[in-house]
Amino acid sequence: METPTYVLEFEKPLRELVKQLDELRQQSIETNVDLGTEIHAIEGKIEAMQRDIYSNLTPWQKVQIARHPRRPYALDYVGLICESFQELHGDRQFKDDQALVGGTAFFNGDAVMIIAQQKGRDTKEKIARNFGMPQPEGYRKALRLMRMAEKFSLPVLTFIDTPGAFPGIESEARHVSEAIAVNLREMAMLRTPTISVVVGEGGSGGALGIGVTDRVLIFENSYYSVISPEGCAAILWKDGTAAPKAAAALKLSADHLEKLGVVDEVIPEPLGGAHNDPAQAAGALKYALQKHLNDLRALAGEKLLETRYERYRHLGVYEDAGVVRS
Amino acid sequence: MHFDKPTYTVRKTKKKDIPKGVYTKDPASGEIIFNKEVEDNQMVVPKSGHHFPLGARARIAKLFDEGSFVEMDAAVRSSDPLNFVDSQPYPERIKRYERDSGLPEAVICGVGKIHGVDVAAAVMDFRFCGGAMGAAAGEKITRAIEAAIAKKIPCIVFSASGGARMQEGIYSLMQMAKTSAALGRLAQARLPFISVLTHPTMGGVTASFATLGDVILAEPGALIGFAGARVIKDTTKQTLPVGFQTAEFLLKHGLIDQIVSRLEMRDRLAEILHALHVRRKSPARAAGKN
Repeated sequence: METPTYVLEFEKPLRELVKQLDELRQQSIETNVDLGTEIHAIEGKIEAMQRDIYSNLTPWQKVQIARHPRRPYALDYVGLICESFQELHGDRQFKDDQALVGGTAFFNGDAVMIIAQQKGRDTKEKIARNFGMPQPEGYRKALRLMRMAEKFSLPVLTFIDTPGAFPGIESEARHVSEAIAVNLREMAMLRTPTISVVVGEGGSGGALGIGVTDRVLIFENSYYSVISPEGCAAILWKDGTAAPKAAAALKLSADHLEKLGVVDEVIPEPLGGAHNDPAQAAGALKYALQKHLNDLRALAGEKLLETRYERYRHLGVYEDAGVVRS
Repeated sequence: MHFDKPTYTVRKTKKKDIPKGVYTKDPASGEIIFNKEVEDNQMVVPKSGHHFPLGARARIAKLFDEGSFVEMDAAVRSSDPLNFVDSQPYPERIKRYERDSGLPEAVICGVGKIHGVDVAAAVMDFRFCGGAMGAAAGEKITRAIEAAIAKKIPCIVFSASGGARMQEGIYSLMQMAKTSAALGRLAQARLPFISVLTHPTMGGVTASFATLGDVILAEPGALIGFAGARVIKDTTKQTLPVGFQTAEFLLKHGLIDQIVSRLEMRDRLAEILHALHVRRKSPARAAGKN
């Protein structure tokens, strides 16, 4: 059975046209009357409307696409662009976190280390993956694998897709703050090329915990933010329904992040979002990853670390004696 | 949303918690106390040991050897790169924080001596925008760490923060990476980093420099955590244990090294600095004190 189609609010007019098209086609078969002209006209209308909707998405609409239940998840991309993924489990201390996974793989023939935040597709998997919210053990496993990558000179590719690190009693007791903080410091010092790509949600410190990399890529409809639009709305607007306003104010969408210098490249998505053609989205990602890997291989040793330090050193805008600096 | 009555006890910092006027009720003992007496003891109630929040300037005045502190980067201030407007424009909020706190930013940085040991220090102040970390605060802390590396001296950061400064969006998140990367260089230079957690230290500050100390100290009763109690309760529907996310909870779980009274902080820091950096006994101990 096919999964029921999930329609976003702003896609509803489009859905109506698709319904009309289906009806016309059915009518054409049943009555044996040639409705080719009418069908063609509606097809044209659908495409025009699709282009119109998708070229004018608001930041809040993009957040909806980033959270779309059919959006390709990290391991979908790994399957599409890598070969022989060997998952390596556990933090060697407490447990195996299924919201943050990793392992070796081959990318265009070269060995790489994959670190990936993974959401679940059905209810059972969603629970097993904790809705993509990693616990301290996930970050500690990620660090273990990144150190292994450094030891064996493998580039690290991280896939970011989380609403945030899991907020819970156990998570606090096992020091999720420290797990994230140590990753930030150690990733800044890691002696191997690193690239992260925000494939869906870039939820705050939980995302950054695997995101301090030489290059940061992001899919066109993904977002990356210091706080969820709902959380920001609740705090600053005292109104959870002000999330669309907060999403716009936070400048959390890919195009803004590129202008702010936080991401290095925006990966284009197929019309209607990555879920409409995962293979096409994966193809664009594969091309971009290879290009950035080639660039980074030219930067050896100290130069790589120096460039990475400078990249983060200048993120942020402040005034010093009245002069705007970054 | 859940509006049921909370069954947990967490400390919250509100303006009214900070003593004004002549008398205040001590939240620890319920006794009425003279504000003057509290102020004379770095905002610690002598009898009960309750720690009221302490401003950065007042802390600096008592922490360093007299006249040794030299402020750095006092002209670094917040900017508004996102043109952020919620109920009011961000630059107007900043002006209000400056006016109300008398501070240029949420953190004051500089170099000074503690019992003769040179250190670079950053001291946060909760009164300025809840100590939220934006690009200016991140820059000042990073420069303090870089100053420690350049001068080959230890670095101490006193945290007091609700977390990231939302009005600076993704840039505020990136301050976590910036400060942590600088601490990587400090560690590489084998210079001590001592992190002191004061009430409250939450969110992005906890998940970056605050938990990266070679030694992590906390003031008694300080609220310290990653996620806020409300968020945890709403997400997990768990009943939070009494004393959750307090300094005492962290010590019990092995997450911090010591809980230190503010009145002893200077001497304790000197001991640790002498052990890790000077590598001889502190003069105080040599003289038979402590």
